[in-house]
Amino acid sequence: MQKVVIIGATSAIAEATARRYAARGAHLFLIARNSERLNDIAQDLRVRGAAQVGHAVLDVADLTAHARVVDDLWGQLGHVDVALIAHGTLPDQSACEASVEVALHEFTVNGTSTIALLTALAARFEPQGSGTIAVISSVAGDRGRQSNYLYGAAKAAVSTFASGLRQRLFKVGVNVLTVKPGFVDTPMTRNFKKGALWAKPDAIAKGIVRATDRGRSVVYLPWFWQPIMLIIKHVPEFVFKRIKL
Amino acid sequence: MLPYGNGRSYGDSCLNDGGTLLHARSLDRFIRFDASTGLLECEAGVLFSEILDLVVPQGWFLPVTPGTKFVTVGGAIANDVHGKNHHRAGTFGRHVTELELLRSDGSRMVCSADLHPDWFAATVGGLGLTGLITRARVQLRKIAGPWMSCEVHRFEDLAGFFRLSEQSDRDYEYTVAWVDCVSKGKGLGRGLFTRANHAPAHPDARPPSPGRRPNVPLTPPFSLINPLSLRVFNTLYYHRQRKEVSRATTHYEPHFYPLDGIGSWNRIYGPHGFMQYQCVVPPREAQACTEALLDAIAASGEGSFLAVLKQFGDVRSPGLLSFPRPGTTLALDFPNRGHSTLSLLNRLDEIVAAAGGAVYPAKDARMSADSFKRYFPDWEFFSHYIDPGFSSSFWRRVTE
Ligand SMILES: Cc1cc2nc3c(=O)[nH]c(=O)nc-3n(C[C@H](O)[C@H](O)[C@H](O)COP(=O)(O)OP(=O)(O)OC[C@H]3O[C@@H](n4cnc5c(N)ncnc54)[C@H](O)[C@@H]3O)c2cc1C
Ligand SMILES: NC(=O)c1ccc[n+]([C@@H]2O[C@H](COP(=O)([O-])OP(=O)(O)OC[C@H]3O[C@@H](n4cnc5c(N)ncnc54)[C@H](OP(=O)(O)O)[C@@H]3O)[C@@H](O)[C@H]2O)c1
Repeated sequence: MQKVVIIGATSAIAEATARRYAARGAHLFLIARNSERLNDIAQDLRVRGAAQVGHAVLDVADLTAHARVVDDLWGQLGHVDVALIAHGTLPDQSACEASVEVALHEFTVNGTSTIALLTALAARFEPQGSGTIAVISSVAGDRGRQSNYLYGAAKAAVSTFASGLRQRLFKVGVNVLTVKPGFVDTPMTRNFKKGALWAKPDAIAKGIVRATDRGRSVVYLPWFWQPIMLIIKHVPEFVFKRIKL
Repeated sequence: MLPYGNGRSYGDSCLNDGGTLLHARSLDRFIRFDASTGLLECEAGVLFSEILDLVVPQGWFLPVTPGTKFVTVGGAIANDVHGKNHHRAGTFGRHVTELELLRSDGSRMVCSADLHPDWFAATVGGLGLTGLITRARVQLRKIAGPWMSCEVHRFEDLAGFFRLSEQSDRDYEYTVAWVDCVSKGKGLGRGLFTRANHAPAHPDARPPSPGRRPNVPLTPPFSLINPLSLRVFNTLYYHRQRKEVSRATTHYEPHFYPLDGIGSWNRIYGPHGFMQYQCVVPPREAQACTEALLDAIAASGEGSFLAVLKQFGDVRSPGLLSFPRPGTTLALDFPNRGHSTLSLLNRLDEIVAAAGGAVYPAKDARMSADSFKRYFPDWEFFSHYIDPGFSSSFWRRVTE
């Protein structure tokens, strides 16, 4: 039976992923900041077949609380097969431009907190010598765009950090998976007009579970974002700075 | 505003032109399932397909299911849906032991046959107008496995249908008939009668392969369902079985949900789409009335590809506006050819109204306010329960 930990477990993508693990009979442990919603999700996952579902409350912006939560995890579970970090916000870019405080807080939630969690998890996974640490980054981290470069910069930090961590943990048999979703129809993007490029959370969840099972390093979800981002990354800066994206 | 489930209603009862729709589908969590008693509690946006995936392997089945599994629990309650077992089980609402209603003033009310029974009766079959159903408890039905033992009997005329129904309704949980509504004269009302029961455990049978389901990828510029294709289809379909009776054990999917096997099947009707029509006529005049309906259809040349006939039983429907009532129900879908289709449906309405029958709001896009008020005499009493913040295109059409 797999033991799966999810941080940011109330996220739509995370919940869809948890349902897939529940249907397999996994033992789940959910972490998020809203305890009422955690309760509802835990109940649902039990009905869907999870062997056991535990949960704990954490506001990831409270960096000092991370160590205790991660220690508790191993205290309760003894061993973790998969840890998925899924929390995030979509900052209002213009608010980040107007206020350094807002910008740094958003960077903390989307970048620093994730790096802190990856560090704490790595310290536990390394001696364990097995398992997967999966982290949801974003295609937005592949290149800064004027419409959301604070978010992009935080996700870029996460992707780069995960790449280094992957090299480090590969030696001991722990996989680090970087997930880069494109546009996903979730509460985070509720104000956007949805078009053909948009995916449902369950499609992303399916990709996350599969990539975890197969020990992949980096996945773009859905797959077509890989060629799209390849092109976007290679547009020369003198052209890129002139276009609206 | 108006709750919207999965949009499987055929008309405007799930629409609210110019207003707001509450997408209830995202209320999709299970709350509790007791595999020893079969009591399920879930949020109202959970689909029947999701319930089946969860409970069939544990030996349970939906107590009542419509001909598609892509409906939400909330939508099934709001239309108080029926299935092929109506003569035994009545409507879906009878198996709902409790529901929670959220009103636009933010108040919540738990309703059941004992708690606020008047609100329960208004909400079951209440067309989404009494408030948002947030969650419900449903008593499921025990089964031995996913298999059905089915029999298909050919009948040569309407009398044959009524005979088979009478013989079958006692020993068979599910009964329904397809009628060839193109055939006139002596062959009027000929068709195929299907009766089935859940089969006992059947260990070596294999479930249908999940594979990709076929899909109609785009809307053709004209309807593929036209008088010629209808005649050919109906004749071939009627003669598809040589023998008078055929028997088989099949998986529940093709038995209950043949159309769900084809993605976007509605596209075959072309850009103008089609009109569904489902009515019920009381038992006393059932045969004569059904004959008059089929006569009118055959004479009009409009023809229907899926014409379904079934005897409703006398199990009382729990909702003030529930459609099912004792009698014979006929469901049809007509390619929308504009005026001629509408005038046929008006003609059918006259026959149904004269007999004291009713037309199903979930499948209607055109009945007149007068017809509606005759079919559902409790509508005025019901309207006291409508949430002041709620309305629908359908409701405005049939009451204003
Ligand atoms: C192929 C096919 C076969 C069918 N066969 C049958 C059949 O055999 N028997 C039968 O009875 N019907 C049948 N139907 C009709 C279908 O079962 C009903 O229209 C059903 O109500 C659709 O459910 P939905 O979730 O799609 O709801 P929608 O169509 O989206 O909404 C239906 C009604 O429910 C209300 N509603 C939805 N969610 C909520 C909620 N959470 N709270 C309050 N109100 C809500 C809406 O306001 C609306 O009035 C069939 C439909 C199809 C497409
Ligand atoms: N949606 C997209 O288009 C898209 C695209 C690329 C990448 N992503 C990434 O996918 C991940 C999942 O997002 P989603 O799309 O599923 O959106 P979502 O449903 O809005 O989920 C975001 C989650 O992050 C949680 N969160 C935010 N701040 C937090 C904090 N300080 N402490 C704890 N939890 C916090 C939220 O918790 P609350 O419920 O308590 O607010 C929420 O559960 C995110 O990392 C996001 O950046 C999304």
